[in-house]
Amino acid sequence: MEIRRRNDQIEISELDPFLAELLRQIPASANPEGAPAAEQRLFSLPTNRKETEICAEWKTYVEPELRRLFQTATQTVAADLEQLNGNEKSLANRTLRIPAKHADAWLSALNQARLVIAAKNSFTENELNDHFRSPIGSRRDLSLFQVNFYGFLQESILRELED
Amino acid sequence: MSCGPRRDGGCLAQIKETKGIAQVSNQKTGSITTAEPTIEKETRSEEELDLPWQVVVHNDPVNLMSYVTMVFQRVFGYPRDRAERHMLEVHHKGRSILWSGMREPAELYVQQLHGYLLLATLEKAC
Repeated sequence: MEIRRRNDQIEISELDPFLAELLRQIPASANPEGAPAAEQRLFSLPTNRKETEICAEWKTYVEPELRRLFQTATQTVAADLEQLNGNEKSLANRTLRIPAKHADAWLSALNQARLVIAAKNSFTENELNDHFRSPIGSRRDLSLFQVNFYGFLQESILRELED
Repeated sequence: MSCGPRRDGGCLAQIKETKGIAQVSNQKTGSITTAEPTIEKETRSEEELDLPWQVVVHNDPVNLMSYVTMVFQRVFGYPRDRAERHMLEVHHKGRSILWSGMREPAELYVQQLHGYLLLATLEKAC
């Protein structure tokens, strides 16, 4: 897999089917529904619980805005990922082109997905720092690989934006 | 009126109004009358009452260091080295105070930080 900036696009080329499938899973992975820990992490309180007035106002006015913001980002990413759909040459390496103006949406969606997966699996800091664990073993190992792979993509997009 | 030093260089609008007891003595009759009671009014500006709010970012093992640095640069307009110092403080000490001031802008900063999925809170300074 190779990531580079080409004009107004970030190009991820030589994507093998396994990594392409992990990319396709970003929008679904970013959804915290049905996982209270993930929901709590994405929509954390803005202050300690003693400030009940601030917390109540936040729930009413700010949280819906944040939901819309996060949803818009995952929808943008889902639309970009349509490039990877189709059965044609499904086993061949693919290329994904992300418009540079969608970079912030990608950073957000990747972050949402990482936080949700980490919260659902209650990963420890030690596990999250274990970048050499094989994805082949258990569902948990695969989830950890997914978190690290999405983190690698985030780093790469940030680097491309800086250059 | 006294002006105290403030972090933002402004002046606390502290007004102390005292109407002293006006004692009027009538030497002919030997009587003493009190003209007016003392009224002390001490007010402080809204800004001063609203001052001690802090924007605090807490450690999170998932968010990437480079991402957190970028967010601090974008939200607060900090130069890279200052943003990195705060990021490292969060990483090593568990939290960092990114900004302090009035409640309304502090709330807006916290809202922006949550938009970037950072663990941020609004706290009253002790």
